[in-house]
Amino acid sequence: MDEASEWVAVSAQPLAPDELAAWATRRDCGAVVTFCGTARTTSTFEHEIIELDYETDVDLAESRIRAVTARARERWPEVRAIAVHHRIGTVLVREPAVVVVVSSPHRREAFEAAQFCIDAVKRTVPMWKREVWQGGSAWSEQSEDVVDVGDLAP
Amino acid sequence: MSRLLLLGPAREAAGVRSAEIDAASVGEVIALATVRFGKPFAEIVAISRVWVNGVEASPDQGVGPSDEIAVVPPVSGG
Repeated sequence: MDEASEWVAVSAQPLAPDELAAWATRRDCGAVVTFCGTARTTSTFEHEIIELDYETDVDLAESRIRAVTARARERWPEVRAIAVHHRIGTVLVREPAVVVVVSSPHRREAFEAAQFCIDAVKRTVPMWKREVWQGGSAWSEQSEDVVDVGDLAP
Repeated sequence: MSRLLLLGPAREAAGVRSAEIDAASVGEVIALATVRFGKPFAEIVAISRVWVNGVEASPDQGVGPSDEIAVVPPVSGG
């Protein structure tokens, strides 16, 4: 039976990087790269951030993430498994908001594909982040248009 | 009636997450939505992209009852 090679999810559930890494580990893979994007206290605002609040349309976001993983497979055909999970709703400081896991036989393509995936997710997936501090909140500075994965530099 | 999907800051400015709007083109949908939701929404629309069924669309593109029009404000990127 073929193992699943892609796991994309956008949900309010806490993320489980270790579970994704274990899922991506394959007998023929010598590299499993995990990237966790975590909520931090600092931002462009002069406040200490205590939590982030992410908002999107789940179906739209998941379809855009799948376009990213498809592009990564075109560029790095050696890659075996790709998982991209993004949390929505409230994410406390130190918790992961997004996790990317890529496995491949050798480390170079795993690192490169994982970096491509997180960079492309940030540019191509409609996901808005509200920064929350004691007594206030605001949308993160909105500086970049959401683009199609085909518009990204090769 | 086309479905208008309002995301992030556009949702906040309009006060609703989605709306049904009877119009023949993307530009008409946005114009009617701007009248309905007011100036804060118009300010967000001015800096947003508009997608039809997940694909960027021009104002003169025709829309029908099965189409979903999304207002997509900029994201923080970085």
